[in-house]
Amino acid sequence: MNKTRLAMLLFVASEAVFFIVLILAYVLYHATSPSAADASRYLDIPKTAVFTACLLLSSFTMRQAAVFLRTGRRKPALAWLLATVALGAVFLAGQGAEYVSLIGKGMTVSRDLFGTTFFTLTGFHGLHVFIGLIMLGTLFGLELKGGAACPAEAVECVSIYWHFVDAVWMIIFPLVYLWVLR
Amino acid sequence: MNNSEINASKEPGSILEVGEYKGLLSWLSSVDHKQIGIMYFTTSLIFFLAGASLAMVMRTQLIKPNHHWLSPETYNQIFTMHGTTMIFLAIMPMLTAFMVYFTPLMIGARDVSFPRMNALSYWLYLMGGLLIYFSFFTGDTLHMGWSAYPPLTSVNYSMDLYFVGTGVDYWIVGLLLTGAGTIMTAINILVTVADLRVPDMKLARLPLFVWMSSINAILMLLALPALNAALVMLFLDRHLNALFFNPAAGGNPLLWEHSFWFFGHPEVYILILPGFGIVSEVIPVFSRKVIFGYSFMAVATVAIGFLSFGVWAHHMLATGMSFSIYYVFAFSTALIAVPTGIKVFNWIATMWGGSISFDTAMLFCVAFILQFTIGGLSGVAFATVPIDWDLTQSYFVVAHFHYTLLGGTLFTVMAGFYYWYPKITGRMLSEKLGKIQFWLMVIGFNGAFFILHFAGLAGMTRRVYTYPDLPHLATINLISSLFAYVLGLGILIFFANLVISLFKGKPAGDNPWGGWTLEWATSSPPPPHNFDRIPPVRSIRPLWDLERSQMAPGAAAPPSRGGESS
Repeated sequence: MNKTRLAMLLFVASEAVFFIVLILAYVLYHATSPSAADASRYLDIPKTAVFTACLLLSSFTMRQAAVFLRTGRRKPALAWLLATVALGAVFLAGQGAEYVSLIGKGMTVSRDLFGTTFFTLTGFHGLHVFIGLIMLGTLFGLELKGGAACPAEAVECVSIYWHFVDAVWMIIFPLVYLWVLR
Repeated sequence: MNNSEINASKEPGSILEVGEYKGLLSWLSSVDHKQIGIMYFTTSLIFFLAGASLAMVMRTQLIKPNHHWLSPETYNQIFTMHGTTMIFLAIMPMLTAFMVYFTPLMIGARDVSFPRMNALSYWLYLMGGLLIYFSFFTGDTLHMGWSAYPPLTSVNYSMDLYFVGTGVDYWIVGLLLTGAGTIMTAINILVTVADLRVPDMKLARLPLFVWMSSINAILMLLALPALNAALVMLFLDRHLNALFFNPAAGGNPLLWEHSFWFFGHPEVYILILPGFGIVSEVIPVFSRKVIFGYSFMAVATVAIGFLSFGVWAHHMLATGMSFSIYYVFAFSTALIAVPTGIKVFNWIATMWGGSISFDTAMLFCVAFILQFTIGGLSGVAFATVPIDWDLTQSYFVVAHFHYTLLGGTLFTVMAGFYYWYPKITGRMLSEKLGKIQFWLMVIGFNGAFFILHFAGLAGMTRRVYTYPDLPHLATINLISSLFAYVLGLGILIFFANLVISLFKGKPAGDNPWGGWTLEWATSSPPPPHNFDRIPPVRSIRPLWDLERSQMAPGAAAPPSRGGESS
């Protein structure tokens, strides 16, 4: 196996443990504290479902970009890469808008256990999306400059990371947003 | 200066003469795993000296009952810094140093897979360590013990009752930095072992040190993020008024304990596995026998690594849990003694019938086996829940983990230093000073800590700055403190030996101990590119094979032990 790819997979495994602990903290307080379960009704589920679809779609566009880059077709690859960045940015903007509206309603990290666990978990996920966007942007820039500037492993690594970030959200979304609908 | 230039053009006989390693800049900008390894060694030894000094201060405070030399606040700071220093800034990076320095050499590689990331790991560790120590200058360092249980770490306790101030924040950020560095090292070691072995070196021919370092890297990779998550939650609690560990708002301090010990128990094995690896290299060489049960050793390491993630709650048996949970954790804790026991048997079986030479490295290994077994036995005792209820937070626990970490890990580290110092520096450590150091340490360590088991049984509580004059406690503590000074003297002699031997030590030659693994196939110190030629690897002992193939009539005499041969 390619060494950079292996390193990225190991890093992702390590990050997974980090998220597991934060997710368990959310689950613990959602299950044991009635006030946390009530407070979670503040969430706007349909709106977030749309942004979730964006993120899911961005995994597909990332895959397309990687496939085209592997076969050396730069133009379509750049377009798919741009689409990935755009979808990721839409997701992040949606999360920002959600935060603003929640804070407007008085829901903050220090209000109750829901606020604490919700903002920590989704905040760290958002941070990872943001870092992913920086990586994608760098990739896009290097690719725009010319194929030789951007090693093939870099694309593979960024795409492993991006799929991981998506996968984490695919756990967070049902857990945080759909668990409310009991 | 002319002299050294001539020397540098030949093979340098000492690390001080290697042309590429001259000047401060060559160290500050280095990405060579050997230089980074040496920087890890040096830094961790300095932190170790600081941690050991704190221990001496503690034993002085405890030398007699109702002693008011130190205030309770000062004493709290000292035991917290002692624990944090020894675990995160001394022992762990010291083992990392061995991993970073020797893994590439033992698998015949030129460097690790990601040399620049390797340098970054080191600098993160150094900066994190300095940040933790910087909290002393804020006038208010740590008071909460190395395990940092809330509510002792919550802001509510900041400025009033327990004076827990900004020290905790330095601790959190420092540990996040060193933790990030450790995760990078883990990735680096694993990829190096996967990617850069010489072609003949199948996994079944990997030196046991490399096996154990790799498993250790997996533990680092999967355990430290749990600590990082816990630290992040604590940081949010302290600075954004989050409520994770705030019972008044429904938060649960037990969440910290679970997250912390989910990291903390694998951490215990992170602190011993490379030590096991060192012992598994040293004992065969000094017994002139191949290691007994090579594959069992490797598999037992995997088993320890796997089980270590399933025993964490035995640190928290006194917090009250359901009986089914007690059964699970008592069972898994007892179970993990089995692969460890296999290792002990295999080391003894390796020595059995061998022609043992008791050089200092070997002496440390033998003492390690005995002491670690005692520490292991008292550890299994804790798997029995009622015993744990009785003895937790007592000096019995202190005695137990010092038998594993000091009598265990530190002794393996000492063996590693005496075994590999010649390879690293090109000079032998003084055996005379080494034997003095060994006996001082064995006598000092056992004298200081064995008796503390009884202090614990008598009910003496750890982490309290003084104790009442109850029967036996004064005698026990006086004996313990006096022997602790003997131990401290042994450690000072070790440092003196390191420095003196660097300048005055006997030249080592390539293979002073008649070792069989690849690091002995290159010069001492190894050239910056590590190997000119790498011998073929046909078994776990490539140099042994080489020696035998040269024993055909008419060939040169095989490399033998001692002095400047080869």
